Amino acid sequence: MSEIVKKRSRSRVSGVDKFLTLVRVLMATLIVIGIVAFIAQQVWPGNPFADWRNPDARGLTGDQFKGLVVSGLSQGAMYGLIALGYSMVYGVLGFINFAHGEVFMVGTMSGWITSEKLHDAGLWESNFILSLFLIILVAITTSTVTAIITERIAYRPLRSSPRLIPLITSIGVSFFIQNAVLGLFGPASKGYPRLPEWLSKQRSIFTVEIAGTKILVMVVAAISMASLWYLVERTQTGRAMRAVAEDKEIASLMGINVNRTIVITFGVGGAMAGVGGILWGLLFRSVTHMTGFLPGIKAFTAAVVGGIGNMGGAMAGGVFLGSAESIAPMVILEPLGVPGVSQLKDAVAFTVLVLVLLFKPSGLFGEKLSQEDRA
Amino acid sequence: MMATALDSRKLFDQNWKRILFWGSICSLSQVFICLVGLPSELNRRILIESTLSLGYLFILWIPLAFGYIVSKIVELEGIEKPKSGAADLLSGALTGLLGSLGLILLMLGIENIDMRDPLINWNPKLFRLLTFENSIAFGTLIWIAVGVGLGTIGASLHQISDQIRKMLAYATFGLFTFAILEDVIDDLSEGFRLEWLSDLIYAKKGGMTVTSTIVLALVLAALPLLVRGKVKTTVARYRSEATPEGQRRNSIILFSIIAVFVIVLPWFLGGIINELLANVGLFLLLALGLNIVVGLAGLLDLGYVAFFAVGGYTTAVFTSPNSPWFSPETHFGISLLVVVVMATLAGLLIGAPVIRMRGDYLAIVTLGFGEIIRLLFLSDWLKPYLGGSQGITNIPAIDLGPWEVRGADPRSVFYMVLAFCVLAIYVSWRLQGSRLGRAWMAIREDESVAEVMGINTVNSKLMAFVVGAVLASFSGAVLAAKVGSVFPKSFEILVSIIILVVVIVGGMGSITGVMVGSLVLIGILGGPRQPGLLQEFQNYKLLIYGALLVFMMLKRPEGLVPTARRTRELHQEEYLQDAWLGDEETEETKEVGEKL
Amino acid sequence: MSLLEIHNLQVTFGGLDALSNLDFSIEEGEIVSVIGPNGAGKTTFFNTISGMIPPTSGEIIFNGESVLGLDPNQITEMGIARTFQNVRLFPNMTVLENVMVSQHCRTSQLIIGALFQTKAFKQEEKEIRERSEEILGFFGTRLVGYRLDQPAFALSYANRRRLEIARAMATQPRLLLLDEPVAGMNPIETAELTGLISRLRDEWGFTIVIIEHDMKVVRDVSDRVVVLDHGVPIAQGAYDEVSTNPDVIEAYLGRPVEAKS
Repeated sequence: MSEIVKKRSRSRVSGVDKFLTLVRVLMATLIVIGIVAFIAQQVWPGNPFADWRNPDARGLTGDQFKGLVVSGLSQGAMYGLIALGYSMVYGVLGFINFAHGEVFMVGTMSGWITSEKLHDAGLWESNFILSLFLIILVAITTSTVTAIITERIAYRPLRSSPRLIPLITSIGVSFFIQNAVLGLFGPASKGYPRLPEWLSKQRSIFTVEIAGTKILVMVVAAISMASLWYLVERTQTGRAMRAVAEDKEIASLMGINVNRTIVITFGVGGAMAGVGGILWGLLFRSVTHMTGFLPGIKAFTAAVVGGIGNMGGAMAGGVFLGSAESIAPMVILEPLGVPGVSQLKDAVAFTVLVLVLLFKPSGLFGEKLSQEDRA
Repeated sequence: MMATALDSRKLFDQNWKRILFWGSICSLSQVFICLVGLPSELNRRILIESTLSLGYLFILWIPLAFGYIVSKIVELEGIEKPKSGAADLLSGALTGLLGSLGLILLMLGIENIDMRDPLINWNPKLFRLLTFENSIAFGTLIWIAVGVGLGTIGASLHQISDQIRKMLAYATFGLFTFAILEDVIDDLSEGFRLEWLSDLIYAKKGGMTVTSTIVLALVLAALPLLVRGKVKTTVARYRSEATPEGQRRNSIILFSIIAVFVIVLPWFLGGIINELLANVGLFLLLALGLNIVVGLAGLLDLGYVAFFAVGGYTTAVFTSPNSPWFSPETHFGISLLVVVVMATLAGLLIGAPVIRMRGDYLAIVTLGFGEIIRLLFLSDWLKPYLGGSQGITNIPAIDLGPWEVRGADPRSVFYMVLAFCVLAIYVSWRLQGSRLGRAWMAIREDESVAEVMGINTVNSKLMAFVVGAVLASFSGAVLAAKVGSVFPKSFEILVSIIILVVVIVGGMGSITGVMVGSLVLIGILGGPRQPGLLQEFQNYKLLIYGALLVFMMLKRPEGLVPTARRTRELHQEEYLQDAWLGDEETEETKEVGEKL
Repeated sequence: MSLLEIHNLQVTFGGLDALSNLDFSIEEGEIVSVIGPNGAGKTTFFNTISGMIPPTSGEIIFNGESVLGLDPNQITEMGIARTFQNVRLFPNMTVLENVMVSQHCRTSQLIIGALFQTKAFKQEEKEIRERSEEILGFFGTRLVGYRLDQPAFALSYANRRRLEIARAMATQPRLLLLDEPVAGMNPIETAELTGLISRLRDEWGFTIVIIEHDMKVVRDVSDRVVVLDHGVPIAQGAYDEVSTNPDVIEAYLGRPVEAKS
């Protein structure tokens, strides 16, 4: 064996990698300091660090904290529902369907139209359960139809193109739908009618105060997830969807109608987004043509956080993102002395997006890509 | 191998399902366009006086297009194709008729049902437009006639000779251009003191006079007969110039012609058009930068607007007396140097993390970065340094000694922007033909193989980011000086996407394409917040951008003015099929065979 | 010191040993063939040396320096070049551009040079072009003249293989790894390329490792032959020794079934 001369004339770790490690360390440090400072503030108000960074802080009461958590969870449930569509389409076709946020918005809009009509007809108050059922039905229908039409017109012809082309096309579709809705329904923001008192009032569950609306959101989201799970794991259609997501070519050789399955995948993703749309409308009550943009991107973040292609992961990612968005401004940023943290909620979501894609792009639960898209 | 033609079909031998299908789509499209509000809004812009407005045109092209689609017979090699005939005309007519049915139902609907609550355009204004300010009966008759007529014409496009089709194309396209460019031609004739010219073509209330329409139509239709290929031969001769000296000479001639135009023209144009051109220039500068990042290096940067913001805010901080925290009030030139430094840093900071990601993730992460930067600029946290939502105001004009570049003098802004654009074009051109440009090409083709061939992909991609960032920041700097203030609102993701549309529609990687794209899109439809030549599109330009992007991706992804290379990339299969038909090896194999 | 020394190379993919216990060395100026049945791990071997796949364990030492953990472009810079089994040219770049861009790691001009058209820049561009034409000229008249400006995808199959080799040559390597250079060529083209391979060593001074299935080529060209089977080297030596080695024959053809008595 000859002498091994360890001449390290070439650096094995490039400048870029060193920079990235620095960023990792910095972010981790900031987060830890923030959390520690927060705890310190709760336990020992007026500690020197708090005086320096955050003299006006009042800290969070237990109720406030629980309130934040609940908001985060309910918002996260909605993100999760929307994230399912992103995840499923990426798992099957390998591209980010930018227009999915608009599919969600269409659901919300159609829900508003229906709820307005029901409200005018008096049915909204008199028979809320029926009304709720109707608007969910309408939203699911419109969202699903929108998703299917976009697949047929804009994405199917591009099935064999390099992956960036459908992405760019989906940006165009997103713009188109956004502005079509703007043109049809106008720029004014639309308001869902109030929920009946018996539903929306505050309730106490395990010492946590939750508004009834948020409970409704979480319940409906859970039911949808359960139905989706049943569809995917226990039915023939679901099996076909999973097969096509694994490997389109082999699936077609096994006799599965790949095109139809892809359409169904789009449709199911659209339906979930439609339900999410209704829940959004009930919770926030205000809808415009731009309502789909931010939640769309955040839902995509959720999908990546949970592991793209992975449906359980999408839901988990949604909940994670919702909670982080809700809690981080108060728990991490404010103790560090950042003023006006409530504005930075969206910035937190985008930061999560950037950090996850930089450092753990396969997500928390691992991605599930189809054979063609795996590196 | 030519397909032998069968006899044309019998008149009623129709594919009824096909007609029904396309007819319904035609109908839905027309109703959709009406309800979105395009005709009502665009009715203001008159194309031909008393005859045709842009609003009506937006409805009318639909039966024409669908008539064309319905009677389109795909010609396959070796399969007999029935000859086009009256039957095809009938299918076109019927499709158009079905389309009109939708409009008739819409008219009836507006009169009898009130759907104004969700659908804001379901109103009397639309009703009057559809009924031509008359009764429903009148409107019905007209729309039926129009639908049938246009459908038939659309179908007939397959049957007329190429010559006639070319003449029609020249006439229609030319007329359309004249109508759209009315304001520009008005301005120009005023500037050249040839007012009588525009008075001749255009009517007082707007739009072309009927007489001028007819005359121009005839002249334009006659053009292909007269020109007849002289244009093609000149272009071919230009392109096929063999010697490098000859090529240089040709380029210099072409360049000088364009330069003269571009430098001289603003003196003859009014303030509004100059302002428009300045805007086009600013976006062109942005697009040229993005063209390097997306078109040459293949990196889809959706957060490109961040560099735009860096340029604007750096200039604001360094030159404005109102800059909250640090206000050196330097000269624009000095702040420009700082801008370059900041942009390079920003390019490196944003580029370094994303360099190793796969394409679609890179797009989304850059989008995230763009939004984070905007939110930070908007936040109260950074308000003491960057002005928060109020931004930074009172940015002084650019003092260039004898000249001053002020927002109030659009011509000066235009020339300043022009200078930067020329710089950007030069940079793009030189880099493309350099070692770095080749490395970018290789990375776009096959990144892992490029690495194995010795290319440091990380550094090459970072270079692309940095160059793109610097160009964008120049645009931001000029914008800041022009407008006199910077607000976070001006730097939304919308800007990134519109620049992307311009680059893609114009032609990714093609400098000429980007120029054409900027001129046509930003010039006519308008930028994110700025109106274009046709101000009526203010509320609808985004809709059209979206539709245009989808359309281009589906039909012509290489863009309007593509590079030869990009067309090859995207239509490789078609080229390969043709290549297979020829045989290359025969003589050489014979040679070697003889040697053995 | 050998040009390339490999000790105990192990590459494992999720439970499957693509390569194990591989010891290999090659002296400057040798031509060594690597043969073996399909799936034996030959291309994995090349992928590991060129840095595209990190080995699970083992040492790869090129010219005295360890190559482990380096990026592919760093390895190419050190002097190892390769071709691909399934010809991965830059399809839309011209023949000339393919060869020009492969000189990237041997040239240095950056943005400043390009923008200001400095003398150094123009000089380098001229040299790049001349070197490219010289390399392409090695293949006779096939890849010169009007061919220089043809996009790579328009070339015939054999020309594409030749361009692959030209590209690898352009990185100015000391060690050239050729992955099935004559696969799919007809006998005339194969004979021509066999002659070229020897000339690559004799005229251009490359040390060459070839993966091949065509035994005639292996016999005509190699100084030494290494046989891999299921990721393990089973024989090494001159062609005549190796081709009569019973283990090698068994690897390719299998063992005759014992007759039942």
